[in-house]
Amino acid sequence: MNKKYYGKVIFELSRPGRQGYSLPANGCEDALAGLPSDLLRTKSPELPEVDELTVVRHYNNMSTNNFGVDTGFYPLGSCTMKYNPKINEEMASLPAFTALHPFQPSATVQGALEAYYTLQQMLSEIGGMAEFTLNPYAGAHGELTGLMVIRAYHESRGDMKRTKVIVPDSAHGTNPASAAVAGLKVVEVKSLPDGTVDVEALRPLLDETVAAVMMTNPNTVGIFEHNIPEIAEMVHACGALLYYDGANLNPLLGVARPGDMGFDVMHINLHKTFSTPHGGGGPGSGPVGVRAGLEQFLPNPRVVKHTGDNGDPLFHLDFGTEKGPHALGRISAWLGNFAVELRALAYILSLGRDGLKLAGTLATLNANYIKESLRDLYELPIDRVCKHEFVFDGLTDKSTGVTTLNVAKRLLDHGFHAPTIYFPLLFHESLMIEPTETESKETLDEFIAVMRDIAREAAETPDVVKNAPLETPIRKPDDTAAALNPVVTFADL
Amino acid sequence: MLERCGMKSLEELYSDVPESLKLKRDYELQPQMSEKEVRDFFEELAVRNQPLTCFAGAGFYDHYTPAVVQSIAARSEFLTAYTPYQPEISQGTLQYIFEYQSMMTQLTGMEVSNASMYDGTTALAEAMLMAVSHARKKNRVIVSATLNPIYREVIDTYAHYHGVTVDTIPEVDGITDLNAMREMLAAGDVAGVILPTPNFYGILEDYTGVADAVHAAKALLIMTAPASTLGVIRTPGEWGADIAAGEAQSLGMPLNFGGPYLGYICCTKALIRKLPGRIVGATTDADGQRVFVLTLQAREQHIRRDKATSNICSNQGLMALYVAMYLSLMGAKGLREVNELSAAGAHYLANRLVESGAFELKYPERPFLNEFVVKFKGEVKLADFVEVCNSCGCLPGVMISDDELLVCVTETRTKEEIDRYAWRAETFSKATVPAMNNTDMSN
Repeated sequence: MNKKYYGKVIFELSRPGRQGYSLPANGCEDALAGLPSDLLRTKSPELPEVDELTVVRHYNNMSTNNFGVDTGFYPLGSCTMKYNPKINEEMASLPAFTALHPFQPSATVQGALEAYYTLQQMLSEIGGMAEFTLNPYAGAHGELTGLMVIRAYHESRGDMKRTKVIVPDSAHGTNPASAAVAGLKVVEVKSLPDGTVDVEALRPLLDETVAAVMMTNPNTVGIFEHNIPEIAEMVHACGALLYYDGANLNPLLGVARPGDMGFDVMHINLHKTFSTPHGGGGPGSGPVGVRAGLEQFLPNPRVVKHTGDNGDPLFHLDFGTEKGPHALGRISAWLGNFAVELRALAYILSLGRDGLKLAGTLATLNANYIKESLRDLYELPIDRVCKHEFVFDGLTDKSTGVTTLNVAKRLLDHGFHAPTIYFPLLFHESLMIEPTETESKETLDEFIAVMRDIAREAAETPDVVKNAPLETPIRKPDDTAAALNPVVTFADL
Repeated sequence: MLERCGMKSLEELYSDVPESLKLKRDYELQPQMSEKEVRDFFEELAVRNQPLTCFAGAGFYDHYTPAVVQSIAARSEFLTAYTPYQPEISQGTLQYIFEYQSMMTQLTGMEVSNASMYDGTTALAEAMLMAVSHARKKNRVIVSATLNPIYREVIDTYAHYHGVTVDTIPEVDGITDLNAMREMLAAGDVAGVILPTPNFYGILEDYTGVADAVHAAKALLIMTAPASTLGVIRTPGEWGADIAAGEAQSLGMPLNFGGPYLGYICCTKALIRKLPGRIVGATTDADGQRVFVLTLQAREQHIRRDKATSNICSNQGLMALYVAMYLSLMGAKGLREVNELSAAGAHYLANRLVESGAFELKYPERPFLNEFVVKFKGEVKLADFVEVCNSCGCLPGVMISDDELLVCVTETRTKEEIDRYAWRAETFSKATVPAMNNTDMSN
């Protein structure tokens, strides 16, 4: 990463008359002049006027002030920042996929439909579910879709009083927000000191008004919810369904399946467990799977496999006519972020059944290795074997006044991305670390050494840590000023 | 490493998982493939796709993507970063989102934009939720019948589960019945009005006086347009809309069989605290430099949790980079040229199709930009014509009924391609089906 801040915006490079495009003439007569002028805009949009090289240099320079997985270690908890293999990018960029219009007849997109169907099947096997839809665009969109599926199920049974969703207090922020958007009331259930859901606190909350219980397993402190069979039984006994937030699926690959644990509906983040790039915040993909008996509630369109006249498989799109009256309807324009789905398919093929299992196990090993290597200097509130991630509650020595935020910022000076901080909300100084399986022991050891150095600095020269970062392209931004007086466009500057 | 963890085997890492939950077999998946085998697998799938010369639109447009866009968007500093939670090492992402927001407000004529939404359909559904949240006690939204039916389906799904009532403003001869809209507003229970421009049939509707009527009823006006057309058409801002929300795929994104695309949502400053998703703002750092950060985060799901009116967090960051680069390269002049070429080609094709005798314009009196509806007049079925076109490598449009075709032309279509399409229609109108199948129409 370039430590020199670039900092320009493209509008500042604009010079009248410059252009960065070339378009073919088609020789057809202008038609705009014939349109009623009051249906056209009166003033041109104020866009930059720049040549191609200026555009290229501008964005290249900007990119050098950015940190990605390809730049360095990115132990951002609950985000599973694993390496994104390059072959996946190339396969998703094949023109025979990128040039397809969604409304092409099925006969002309058989390869694309087969890719969707194949991934759908693979995820079903991995999740222990009957069927998946790949249509949701992101994890949060998957949660929303999954909750809609659950509401559609209850509605189909005429069970209209189920208006509540129970979520643990350690849940990802999207869980309660998705429930609210799906028109459900959120009830929080407390966690035990060991980070798992308090079964006895859950029991009295379960009644005929509960639509679903949402859980993450392993949960956001990286602990496996070992009471899940009992919880599933309780949830089902009250007539509710159990939802699996798949953000933390990675460590369970090849080991255990949400479907076998009693979950009825789940989503998977392809941009986490299945290595599709995070893109600076999207595009992701949040496929939703359901157990047998709930397939008819999945959203449209769906990819269906038939056998053609010659015995070959034939894929086509179903818009709800084949699956009965309770199909959810549409939650996306078409089949989701298709090019992201292709990347995940390439990833699963590359790893295969054994590679996937090894990935989950090594992610777990890496997390435990870091945890055990730093526990003498950082406070470990939950002392158990963790899965893909774990949480420190800041430095053990709180007397220095060095906070989790300071530690996170100091890590940036050393060329590491910061862990997730101040989440989960169970602890005051949460520092949530997820190394993933794609990091070598050497990288982990470097990270551990730096974390130990920072702990030493905190004791010896706390001001250095408190003033961090010092080596990054910019210093600490004034967030308060940004929120008080929002400047959100170039025209506002 | 295991030793440091106090363990002897990898299995011990899972000692906390009850035996009864463990998968006692291998996944029923293939063994791992080498990179070459993965490539072969995808290439084998690819040959079973047939990209077609595209005269289809209906919300997804075959515009040209300059080479720079995908070349730079593939830079791994952008591609492999996550949401810019650490601004000190994320200025690249934050700056392009700031540029994107600036450009989208220019295009839509609105004051503020968020950092992007998933796609046009979900952006419009979220705009609906904004209107309902803003109205507090009202939960009815009215939507023109001329809106793209796919958008309507997504809105209906969101509305159903969020307890919003959606009613249809009827259409008359391809445009929104504004008298009917006024009557519906008179009930006083409408939180928002959703209107498309150009509408699903490609028609540029005249919304003069609409914003005043909507605001008089204390409702919000939400407008949606394919983003590229905003380079020339009267903007939602100019019509007096409160929210503009729609699809920005037309700004440099490949068709990609439906995604990833990008939904835009822009609004007035008055509504900024109701705007879902991320917003990037400018501020200064400890050295006094101008820098960029995620701002107004108190609105967002991870803070508001169960009080949130949107659950959207990260969505289409990289696609915002596509838009920023596309609009930088094109500028206002290039975007105007794109629309000029598209409209010129579309009007030329519309005339040729009418002259062919096979089609007539469904709405001959209505102004359109680059998309229009034709009605098939032939003796045989429209579906047969479409099939013949497909077999010649052409996607002639989107059938919106048994005898109606929604046809689109962009700047990527050559005059030769347009002429060939018209010639096929002409030949088809004069031939019977068996004769057609024996005619070589691919030249």
